[in-house]
Amino acid sequence: MTPQIAVFLVLAAMAVAGAVSLILQRHPIHSALSLIVVMVSLAGLYLLLGAEFIAAVQIIVYGGAIMVLFVFVIMLLNAGEEERTNVSRMARFVGVPLGVMFLLEVAYWIARATSHLAPPAAQLVSTRDLSTLLFREYVFPFELTSFLILIALLGALVLARREDSD
Amino acid sequence: MSLPLQDLCRVAPEIVLCAFAMLVMLLAPIVPRARHGILSTISVLGAGIALAATRFPAMYPGAAYSGLFRADAFSLFVHWIVCGAAFLVILGSTSYLQREDLDAGEFCALILLATAGMGIMAGAQELLTAFIGLEMSSIASYILASYKRDAPRSNEAGMKYFLLGSFATAFFLYGIALFFGASGSTRLDMMTPLANDSARTLLKMGLGFIFVGLAFKVAAAPFHLWAPDVYEGAPAPVTALLSTGPKAATFALALRILADVGAASPLWFWALWVAAVLSMFAGNLAALVQTSLKRMLAYSSVAHAGYILVALATAAATDHAEAGIAAALFYLVGYALVQLGAFLIVAQLGGPGERHVEIEDFAGVARRQPAMAACLSLFLLSLLGLPVTVGFLGKFYVFNAALESNLIWLAILLGLNSVIAAYYYLRVIVAMYMLREPEQEIAAEPVPWTLSLVLWIASMGTVYIGLFPARVIGFAAKAALNMR
Amino acid sequence: MTGNDLQSYAPLLLHLTLAMALSGVLVLLSSLVGWRRPSTTKSQPYECGITPTGDAREPFSVKFYLVAMVFILFDVEAIFLYPWAYIFRELRWFGFVEMILYIGILLVGYFYLWKKGALDWNRPAVRRDRAS
Repeated sequence: MTPQIAVFLVLAAMAVAGAVSLILQRHPIHSALSLIVVMVSLAGLYLLLGAEFIAAVQIIVYGGAIMVLFVFVIMLLNAGEEERTNVSRMARFVGVPLGVMFLLEVAYWIARATSHLAPPAAQLVSTRDLSTLLFREYVFPFELTSFLILIALLGALVLARREDSD
Repeated sequence: MSLPLQDLCRVAPEIVLCAFAMLVMLLAPIVPRARHGILSTISVLGAGIALAATRFPAMYPGAAYSGLFRADAFSLFVHWIVCGAAFLVILGSTSYLQREDLDAGEFCALILLATAGMGIMAGAQELLTAFIGLEMSSIASYILASYKRDAPRSNEAGMKYFLLGSFATAFFLYGIALFFGASGSTRLDMMTPLANDSARTLLKMGLGFIFVGLAFKVAAAPFHLWAPDVYEGAPAPVTALLSTGPKAATFALALRILADVGAASPLWFWALWVAAVLSMFAGNLAALVQTSLKRMLAYSSVAHAGYILVALATAAATDHAEAGIAAALFYLVGYALVQLGAFLIVAQLGGPGERHVEIEDFAGVARRQPAMAACLSLFLLSLLGLPVTVGFLGKFYVFNAALESNLIWLAILLGLNSVIAAYYYLRVIVAMYMLREPEQEIAAEPVPWTLSLVLWIASMGTVYIGLFPARVIGFAAKAALNMR
Repeated sequence: MTGNDLQSYAPLLLHLTLAMALSGVLVLLSSLVGWRRPSTTKSQPYECGITPTGDAREPFSVKFYLVAMVFILFDVEAIFLYPWAYIFRELRWFGFVEMILYIGILLVGYFYLWKKGALDWNRPAVRRDRAS
């Protein structure tokens, strides 16, 4: 087992454990903290793939900013412990097996497709390559993201505004 | 590297839309609320200028921005649909916004930005660009669906749309990742022959995921369950937009993938076949039992997505791809005109707060508001596919294309479904013309001139294209030929 | 990627381990060394004075949420500046113009927020003068 695979296994196990805990925790804050574990392990996985910039963004934006938003929402709603509701029969007896089947099928096909796939030539995508690609070839989508942010701004204001109580 | 002027020309409609959206955003906080009509006027102007600006990509067809975007007859055609839809929706919703006391600025800016996103989907040659376009239109749609913040139903609609929509987006994105893994590029037009079987498997999976994401966005069965709730809960003018623009853009993207990616046709054919049949039946059978007109129209729009999917299946059956693509494009034009008109009438006749949208509330509308009743009847008849209207020709071309590619079963099921649909469309017309008015009088509100203008354009278009389809179908055929 | 590349992250791992170990040791030590004898009076917010009523966790104002949201949006914008700064010199004027355009578009959003009063802490979250 190469060190890469060992590190990958540890990080992947952390990510999966975090995700499972995120769903099973009954208190929203605990779920949010589990999510941080997922985010950080994902950042580690990106680092393992050689995507340093993406790993940094993952920590700064997801692990930092997005988590702040999550915690704010939890505090905003003053959410206490969740109550478990009875999941509908349909969801339990049809949805869950179908979901599991789907997951296994996807996993099977990916495993089959990649098992005899030649390992990609060792290519480390440096931040410089990424920048060149982003700001030369992908200028158009890059500028478009600013409009995407504008839409989000409008949405935040439209949905979160508070009317004057007059 | 320089920015050639031609590249800018090729995305001129998007530039106009985004510029006007920004102008509206700048003016919205400054203009006093009483005069928000100005913002609607500017936005209508913006959509109109964007429509006119399609001249530029028409003059300089070709790939722009290192091939990520492509201005050709096909994208031009879709641009007309989405810009036209935005123009009509903004114009038709001015009085609605005033009546419901909603801010016009954000509403119009969101519609303009969403339309820009749809335009990008229509011309995207690369999956990430298409994805950003899709997100622009989707995120704006989520916000617009819950725009009426004090109405719980509107909030519910926005929430449902957002949750399920993000799920579909995740599918789409995962599909892009697998596509990239297989071919080493997200470009649609530069597919290199795949190296081996494993890459082919990955590509198939990627295309499968992309299909699910797109099928959700057009509300095709079995991914349609969100549509009735969202269409019913969202403000009616927003529903008018949701059921036309984004659908046209998403179908355009699907067609583009079908045309560019060789592996997509054989893989998608059966998926399209099944989705088409399911959508037609699910939409029409559910529409039969609805009591709310808005909900009925929502289910009928699922059925219409099914009819368009028949055209897509025809395009995927390889031999007569051009006929299928042209039929889909023509159908989208007619469908957009009619659907817009119908939902805007519902917005008007529903009265303040859209309280009267049950079918029984429409009893006796013919006596109260004859012009509106006549327009709505025309639109419903076009949805039904009566000759002389554009709806008939749309179905005719799809039917023809299906027969030519030997998809006899699809053609038969399409005909059968049109017959089923007749029942519920006619039921509304019967209610309007033959039933007695409900006990408590529903006040007949005067129809604002903006709405009259929109309805006039829509109904004239319905009849005119229904009588003289040559130019539209001619252009659609040209657009289809241009793609291959 | 070869094993050597992974080793270049070793200082990072060391740093992480040290930080976690230190915080763990501190928490452990304080619970081992110190002693506690909790009582009802001690665990109240005020030992004397008004007896507390209700829940200490008041619902947050939606204002905080709006600010957090805006923060994230501009955070995402700022992220793009890093890779841009990396090759700024190579891009020359082209890079300068595209970033100016990008920031200019977002400036419109900023202006909109400002004028709407979303950044104004003392007023209600958004000013909205009534028609009548």
